[in-house]
Amino acid sequence: MSEHLLSLMTFFPLLGMIVILFIPRENDGVLKGLTFVITLITFFISLPLAFDDVFKTSGGMHYTEFVKWISIGDYFQMNYNLGVDGISLWLVLLTTFIMPIAVLSTWQAVEKNTKGFMALLLLLETAMLGAFLALDLFLFYVFWELMLIPMYFLIGIWGGKRRIYSAIKFFIYTAVGSLLMLVAIIFVYYYALKSGQPFEQGFSISHFYQLNIPAAYQTWLFLAFAFSFAIKVPMFPVHTWLPDAHTDAPTAGSVILAAIMLKMGTYGYVRFAMPLFPEALHQFTPFLATLAVIGIIYGALVAMVQEDVKRLVAYSSVSHLGFVMLGVFALNIQGMSGGMIQMINHGISTGALFLIVGFIYERRHTRLITDFGGLAKQMPVFTTIFMIAMLSSIGLPGTNGFVGEFLIMVGAFEGELRWFTIVAASGVIFAAVYMLWMFQRVMFGELKNPANQKLKDLSVREVVLMLPLLLFIFWIGVYPNTFFEKMNPALDQLINQIKGKQQVAVVETINPVQHKID
Amino acid sequence: MENLVQLAMQNVNFAAIMPSLVLCCFGMAILLINVFMPRGKTTSASLISIIALLVTAVVSLQGWNNPQFGFAGHVALDNFATFFNMTFLLAAGLTILMSDDYLRREGYPIGEYYPLILFSTAGAMWMASGTDLMTIFLGLEVLSISLYILAGLFRHQLQSNEAGLKYFLLGAFSTGFLLYGIALLYGVAGTTNVADIGLYLSAHPAMIGNPMTVAGMLLMSIGFLFKIAAAPFHMWTPDVYQGAPTPVTAFMSAGPKAAAFAALMRVFILGLAGLQSEWTSLLWGLAILTMIIGNVTAIYQTNLKRMLAYSSIAHAGYALVGLVAANAVGVSGILFYMLAYTFMNLGAFAVLVLAGKKGEENLTLEGFSGFGFKRPFLGVAMTIFMLSLMGIPPTAGFAGKFYIFAGAIKSGYIWLAIIGVLNSAVSLYYYLRVIVYMYFKDPQEDYSWVSMHTGAVVSIVIAIVGVLYLGIIPGKIMEMAKLAIF
Repeated sequence: MSEHLLSLMTFFPLLGMIVILFIPRENDGVLKGLTFVITLITFFISLPLAFDDVFKTSGGMHYTEFVKWISIGDYFQMNYNLGVDGISLWLVLLTTFIMPIAVLSTWQAVEKNTKGFMALLLLLETAMLGAFLALDLFLFYVFWELMLIPMYFLIGIWGGKRRIYSAIKFFIYTAVGSLLMLVAIIFVYYYALKSGQPFEQGFSISHFYQLNIPAAYQTWLFLAFAFSFAIKVPMFPVHTWLPDAHTDAPTAGSVILAAIMLKMGTYGYVRFAMPLFPEALHQFTPFLATLAVIGIIYGALVAMVQEDVKRLVAYSSVSHLGFVMLGVFALNIQGMSGGMIQMINHGISTGALFLIVGFIYERRHTRLITDFGGLAKQMPVFTTIFMIAMLSSIGLPGTNGFVGEFLIMVGAFEGELRWFTIVAASGVIFAAVYMLWMFQRVMFGELKNPANQKLKDLSVREVVLMLPLLLFIFWIGVYPNTFFEKMNPALDQLINQIKGKQQVAVVETINPVQHKID
Repeated sequence: MENLVQLAMQNVNFAAIMPSLVLCCFGMAILLINVFMPRGKTTSASLISIIALLVTAVVSLQGWNNPQFGFAGHVALDNFATFFNMTFLLAAGLTILMSDDYLRREGYPIGEYYPLILFSTAGAMWMASGTDLMTIFLGLEVLSISLYILAGLFRHQLQSNEAGLKYFLLGAFSTGFLLYGIALLYGVAGTTNVADIGLYLSAHPAMIGNPMTVAGMLLMSIGFLFKIAAAPFHMWTPDVYQGAPTPVTAFMSAGPKAAAFAALMRVFILGLAGLQSEWTSLLWGLAILTMIIGNVTAIYQTNLKRMLAYSSIAHAGYALVGLVAANAVGVSGILFYMLAYTFMNLGAFAVLVLAGKKGEENLTLEGFSGFGFKRPFLGVAMTIFMLSLMGIPPTAGFAGKFYIFAGAIKSGYIWLAIIGVLNSAVSLYYYLRVIVYMYFKDPQEDYSWVSMHTGAVVSIVIAIVGVLYLGIIPGKIMEMAKLAIF
């Protein structure tokens, strides 16, 4: 059982999708219920990972599966190779955890073509899990591209006013980046073969990690990977698809996009771009950190002037993911574990905020801040939950956001990114400004608008789906060690590996003569 | 005199041309049967044609790993020819499946239609098995003349007339170039046998830079590139594709294109290997030009047939990248790509056959508004074909592009690969637009959809299975493509 756990988890939603396709389209409730059950079962399948202590002691890959997939003589070997380590562990669990919540959020939001919606959600889950678990670059690419298709339809069919524009923009932006990455992947593959990697290993990243790619190649390869992932993150200035996609996506789509799919970009840096091309990473770190900081400040400033709550949350993502990138580029254990935990935090907090925006949108069919005001009197439960999610997004001590941002700052400050940290810190203040200001305008003041005076508070279903998120907001805020202890061995290993290679490279450039004599 | 005849008879090996022979016999039989059938009863003709194709497939597979040579080295039924034969037969089969109801709907239930498809398939097979420039030329003519008639089949329609005439005039012109090129190469090498030309050129390196050799190569490439619809010889494609009956367009986009690639590959790789640096730089430029012209112009099309015509130009450009790479991965990639393209493009055309009403008035993007919800099966099928044409995994189109670009990267043509993938990115826009209209736009009112027809549905199902099979487990077919190259 456990040797096929990852495959079971990855493809269970796909199986569910096939079942869904055979259910008549009229049975709205059955379709939603069944999808919820499928995603819930997937979550339970993934649970043993959360309780496995092997991640505490070993930073390597566990639960690995290896099957030869496409063999073409002496041309290519692609393998079906899955595995999980401390880096992907929590992202995988985040995915299986968020999906049932996302499905629950569709109860009242999705009315037309429920069958298609549910089928696409399940396909999306398989693609996302596959991308997090793939240890073969080709396999990763297949899942990575597969993710685009369901999300494209989710935005385009069930989205808001400018859904068609946003869907096309989303698809083309992400696909352009990944196509360049494909060229780089093929190049690395041939380079690996040339430098004597066993043919059977195919596109296995563990072997690609061992390569010593010349610096001149690394520059270009890193750029191709980094560009692709930067679009997904999204980093300034390739972030412009994100506000559009987020604003027009249906609630479940926005939640998944923010909570999981954006992490695909940051995960891509940690898993592929950085360890594969350490020297180029060293060369580009100041540049990328600059972009990250610009993203932090710019995202926050633009969020401040948004009139649409959903757009505000979307721009706040640009800012938050700038923090994640800054932490990751610090390349020390504080910064990287801060970045990793902040990925999870952003998934939980921003996911919660998108759900909250969805709740009021379902009630009022507007998201403009000016249409609201004084909701606190009418909806006390909603207000409480909203406040917790907002404070966690700002990074109030005691909530998850604080832990992540604090570690990122410490890591970046101790690393080579001191000045960047000082600028980035002002982003925290801006975040407090735009969030609190928005919260004040929406929730407090007089309940002037007559349409708002009849608003109902959250239903039991809505409270239930928010509770797990609130639980983790405090859990990570109070006792983050649960997460760090399983993450850190893998991060240690990764950092040592990257730094080791960087140092070798530095020695080689300082002592070229000595190197030749050897 | 008697000795000569004996010698010739010894060299005749009918096994080498057996597949096309079978096809031609069946074709003529159908022509005869038609005489005795009442006008309008064409179902039997289409059924016999399908049987003919199946029999031919079995016969042709005898040549796999068991090469047959015949007619004094003019014809070879080797793995290369067999692989291409399968592609042609598939293209013809899918075309015939989608034709029967279509022809009746349009009011042209003509029995001669099927033999013409079979004859042109036989021509395509000669082009793939031709090891002599004259055989290749003959194949090209047999292929083309049948297609000229098929393109202008709807003689009461102005568009179809225009298509037939345009294709004929320009086709004849390009054949002239081809023949002239063959003549020049004969002048240089004293033989029209492809392998002998190769031997001659390697024995006489001085002749490689000779203007006559280069001119011969250039003129011959014009003939082939015209059939492939590579820029700058692509001008005929959109008008002919749009004007011809949809199933004929479907066949034209896959069969003749693959045949021309087969001939081009055999002639360039075997015969003109000495001029490789010349033709790679030529094809390098043309591949880029073809991809850009095809993709950029396709963006502006509102008629789906026309859009697919430009997209087929772009796909010819991708396939040329494999020939530029000129290594095993790239070249076998072309074989794989042609098969993949046959599945995905004919599938898309089969959907168009069902979607267009009489007179094909439905084939605009607007006409496809809400199609995906009105016709769920056709919508999903079209989506799969569009995703495959874009090159999104896990579809045949992705696998094909992967091998071709991998070939280019392996040979060091990184920029060509990058330009290729950027072109793929451009193509996303217009393929996605079809999906946008099918799913994201509301259907027009007072809109009637044509009913489904078994034949076309079967061809769509075959195409879907093919696209997914080649996309998810391409190993087996790729292995065969690998064995098929010289």
